[in-house]
Amino acid sequence: MTTQTFGVYGGRYVPETLIPALDELTAGWEEAKNDPAFHAELRDLLTNYAGRPTPLTRVERFAPDRRMYLKREDLMHTGAHKINNALGQVVLARRLGKKRIVAETGAGQHGVATATVCARFGLECIVYMGSEDMRRQKPNVERMNLLGAEVRPVEIGTKTLKEATSEAIRDWITNVETTHYLIGSCVGPAPYPELVRDLQRVIGDEAREQILQREGVLPEAVVACVGGGSNAIGMFYGFVEDADVRLVGVEAAGAASLGSGRTGVLHGARSSILADTDGQIADAHSISAGLDYPGVGPEHAALRDSGRAVYLPCTDEEALDAFHRLARTEGIIPALESSHALARALDLDAELIVVCLSGRGDKDLAEVLARR
Amino acid sequence: MKKLVIYLVCEPGTPELAQAAVEGGADIIELGIPFSDPLAEGPTIRLASERALSRGMRTAECLQVIADVRSRVDVPLVPMTYAAILEAWGYDRFVADAQAAGATSSIIVDLPVEEHQEVKRIQLVAPTSTDARIEICSANTDGWLYLVSLTGTTGARSEVSPALAGLVDRVRAKTEKPLYAGFGISTPEHAATVARLADGVVVGSRAVQVAEDGPDALRDYVRSLRTAIDAAS
Ligand SMILES: Cc1ncc(COP(=O)(O)O)c(C=O)c1O
Repeated sequence: MTTQTFGVYGGRYVPETLIPALDELTAGWEEAKNDPAFHAELRDLLTNYAGRPTPLTRVERFAPDRRMYLKREDLMHTGAHKINNALGQVVLARRLGKKRIVAETGAGQHGVATATVCARFGLECIVYMGSEDMRRQKPNVERMNLLGAEVRPVEIGTKTLKEATSEAIRDWITNVETTHYLIGSCVGPAPYPELVRDLQRVIGDEAREQILQREGVLPEAVVACVGGGSNAIGMFYGFVEDADVRLVGVEAAGAASLGSGRTGVLHGARSSILADTDGQIADAHSISAGLDYPGVGPEHAALRDSGRAVYLPCTDEEALDAFHRLARTEGIIPALESSHALARALDLDAELIVVCLSGRGDKDLAEVLARR
Repeated sequence: MKKLVIYLVCEPGTPELAQAAVEGGADIIELGIPFSDPLAEGPTIRLASERALSRGMRTAECLQVIADVRSRVDVPLVPMTYAAILEAWGYDRFVADAQAAGATSSIIVDLPVEEHQEVKRIQLVAPTSTDARIEICSANTDGWLYLVSLTGTTGARSEVSPALAGLVDRVRAKTEKPLYAGFGISTPEHAATVARLADGVVVGSRAVQVAEDGPDALRDYVRSLRTAIDAAS
């Protein structure tokens, strides 16, 4: 079976135990992708359960000197784009006969989305979360518990997303026969980066149609924050063929895997990662738990190398300023992750911009208020 | 005679430990080059790797440890690590430097058989491996084949995996190469059980734990494994 790679990036650097499961997943996804029944089921769930399509909102007070639109993934059920992927993967997992779901989570948004779809389909759900993230995203831990998921604290290393991902993969290695690993971003071994991209591209496809309807032209730039890169790749894919549309990814300055990383292997894929010269993974730092990750999806590394997309850094302070500004000027409280995209969009030299508002900020209130 | 393979993490004190393991009857020593995010490891080896890294055991230091072990013992030394280490060091360069340090072959836990075939290495197969995978892995393995006896990560277990016997049968049908089984094997009783099924026994996590008590403890422990294996086979 061929392994999907993105130029020199991607692959499946995992123990042999998992290779048959990845083969099975690849075959299952190929089959589902070409099955109208799969798309009909997913479309129904996205529309009637989760709230698609999401609106495109003009933000005149936030960005008075230009035409800026927000793609409102914050209005999705559970409050972020993560549910697009969680729904798609759970429908797929059911086709593969898996009864148990494991996931990792950083900000808790992916964990909540996974716990939600597992509740909806009556599947056992285990979510690994770094104990530091459990502290800073407490409301999401409570939501997951309420939804019937088991949140397992990870006390290893930095106690954040990197370690939670490693532990979720170790659980998968142990329980692979019964379990689907519902990865939360376009990272991990093939076919995950491609699978998650295909499930998130609904963001960009909708946004393209909506901006054409509203403005009659394509935007000069689309902007999205990049943690693992799933909301960004979903947004970008709507526009990647439109050569004149600039694709701008925004990383946390302290977790800039694309901006200041090097080629290496983490969590099953070769990509651009924060690591030392020996390949040992370095610590990332961000106020935003969802961006606090030293790796990034392999396709973003390829898009960076080809020049098709650019990736800019944003500091914690800049993100916080944008967070407050959007709340005060538009009555929308953004996720801290999305606030990174908002901050860079404000100073981008472009007139017509679409920003992916990947999630809402309720989960971040305690963290933000503690800073002021 | 059935083989006994002992795994140790590369540390400054490892040459002395490796010598003790060989004195106790180890036929092969696996030398772990620690990686910060080792997906196949349970808590014991993960923590031992973290400890080694915090003491500065990077690739160059580990290669030096391999050379130091080489100067003390005659048995094959097999570096065991993750693809990230070779990515950073360079695949060809790693092969050359490991060989220069006195290593025999290598085990790269997360490098699938299709990738970087220029790196001669011992392949692993697991209970989840399909017959097709078993065939490719045994055809490409360098010397012996590593049977991952259980579906899971490394770490001492209370009994030998019930999946091992079936795996041995499936692999035997595909290859004549020696089959050494590891993961979860920790007591002399386990070692004896495995020695009746496979051509060799690999002991990792428990050896790493015992090594914390020093060379004498490790020598005694390895000797107890050796005695049990020889009595069984
Ligand atoms: C609201 C929100 N946006 C963005 C991210 C970052 O993930 P990705 O880069 O995969 O979109 C997260 C992750 O937790 C998130 O919760």
